Amino acid sequence: MSSFLNALPGAVSQGLVWGVMAIGLYITYKLLDIADLTVDGSFCTGGAVGVMLITGGCNVWLSLLVAILAGMLAGLVTGLLHTACGIPAILSGILTQLGLWSVNLAIMGMKANQSLNVNKYDLLVSLRYLQDVTKGTRGFWQHPIFVAGLFTVVIIAVLYWFFGTELGCSLRATGANANMARAQGINTNFNKVLGLMISNGLVALSGALLSQYQSFADINMGRGAIVIGLAAVIIGEVIFGKVFRNFALKLLAVAVGSIIYYVVIQAVVSLSGINSNYLKLLSAVIVALFLAVPYWKARYLDRPTTKGGANHA
Amino acid sequence: MLEIIDLHKTFNPGTVNEKTALDGVSLTLKDGDFVSVIGGNGAGKSTLLNAVAGTWLVDSGTIAIDGVNVTRLPEHKRARFIGRVFQDPMMGTAATMQIEENLALALRRGKRRTLRVGITAAERDQYRELLKILGLGLENRLTTKVGLLSGGQRQALTLLMATLQKPKLLLLDEHTAALDPKTAAKVLETTERIIQRDHLTTLMITHNMRDAIAHGNRLIMMYDGRIVVDVSGEEKHRLTVEDLLSLFEKASGQALASDRMLLG
Repeated sequence: MSSFLNALPGAVSQGLVWGVMAIGLYITYKLLDIADLTVDGSFCTGGAVGVMLITGGCNVWLSLLVAILAGMLAGLVTGLLHTACGIPAILSGILTQLGLWSVNLAIMGMKANQSLNVNKYDLLVSLRYLQDVTKGTRGFWQHPIFVAGLFTVVIIAVLYWFFGTELGCSLRATGANANMARAQGINTNFNKVLGLMISNGLVALSGALLSQYQSFADINMGRGAIVIGLAAVIIGEVIFGKVFRNFALKLLAVAVGSIIYYVVIQAVVSLSGINSNYLKLLSAVIVALFLAVPYWKARYLDRPTTKGGANHA
Repeated sequence: MLEIIDLHKTFNPGTVNEKTALDGVSLTLKDGDFVSVIGGNGAGKSTLLNAVAGTWLVDSGTIAIDGVNVTRLPEHKRARFIGRVFQDPMMGTAATMQIEENLALALRRGKRRTLRVGITAAERDQYRELLKILGLGLENRLTTKVGLLSGGQRQALTLLMATLQKPKLLLLDEHTAALDPKTAAKVLETTERIIQRDHLTTLMITHNMRDAIAHGNRLIMMYDGRIVVDVSGEEKHRLTVEDLLSLFEKASGQALASDRMLLG
């Protein structure tokens, strides 16, 4: 039990960092209705770009900005494969993700991982800083929960503003009803590409933050990212869906969902002593169940409703 | 206002499912013309409207709206000229968005979508006034999600959205067919009122012959991808359902098969 409590701040920090990715995923999965598998690759791209730039002497803020741009580029590729080349969205994401494997290795100088020495560089979030704050050698403002939390709040605020603008509204309409959007003069292809770029930009930012937090980037760091992101989105929805109606609160629910996910995983690891190799299986089963339950409920429990207005041929 | 010259469109060419949907359709609409379009299933009515709207590109022929050749323009660019209401009430509105958000999207049809705020306070007052016209009480439910509305309410809202920015051309694709008779009559009455008020050039597909006769200053009948009957003015005023049936038999050489065209 005490090992779990000791690990709790770390789990919350990690949850917040991954929450940035989950918020990015929310844009494609919930708003555009696209399951974007690019994220498994672009998450690592963000981490790789971030680590290589920082070790190359780049300013840490600038490294995050470049990581975001790299992620947006990945989103652009997926978007163009989907809209300009007519490839189904899922397959477009898989293609980009596969291609990114090589790109990510190239970014990391053809090495499967690159480490980041916490003692050499001034980072924004780091597991080491968390320990330092606990020991009292650093101020609370350098605590990863505080820093990652600040990132989350700023991102939610910016997205809340953006999706309330004319352009943001047209992007939501694209996902809600593409037919109607086109009839209202909205370029749905442009909006899909834009949404994928914003989403993957956030995913890469999350990857860059995580590589700082854990002091390394690894070619496998993004594997299963989409499942973790979906878990966060779904957990947030199940717990807060009834109360959080406002868009900003929905995004907050995603971030909190991500924290809950990591706390639960930490609890399972600490309390049951399960081999951590089984965690991905556990995640997959949990997400599959959460996705299946509403379907089963509608199919077997709810009574069929008849709606007025039969569909004429 | 609308000039269509010799449109051809074949779906699935070269396969067993090959279907010539438009076979040399030409049609010219004057400013303010309100044309009802009838014809049996598969006659090419919806295909004609979709061709004009730009759902896909035609094989040959030209389409010009108000002197602008739109034949090669993608759907979203033509939307600047066109207001549309579909047969399926689910198709014209975004269910997960609010009434006012849907209206705000429609108000910006044909305009650049910028980073300015999506709905202004002044607009909301405008929407409230416009929704009153529908007489459905929607003016007090601006922030209601459209998915919670009935089919008739959604169709009326779509109609309002299609005409919020005065379109050069209004396309109605059997927009009352999926509604119960009472609601259908109400939506049609609102349609007539808005068309008269704004003097809109309109193409309205209907399965109901009486509606086709009662509404508009011109009536065209399609058969097998062609326009086979085209009456307007006084002649159209005097039409009866029986006249239409015999016109159809003469044009097609067969009796009308669809019961739905006789009902109502």
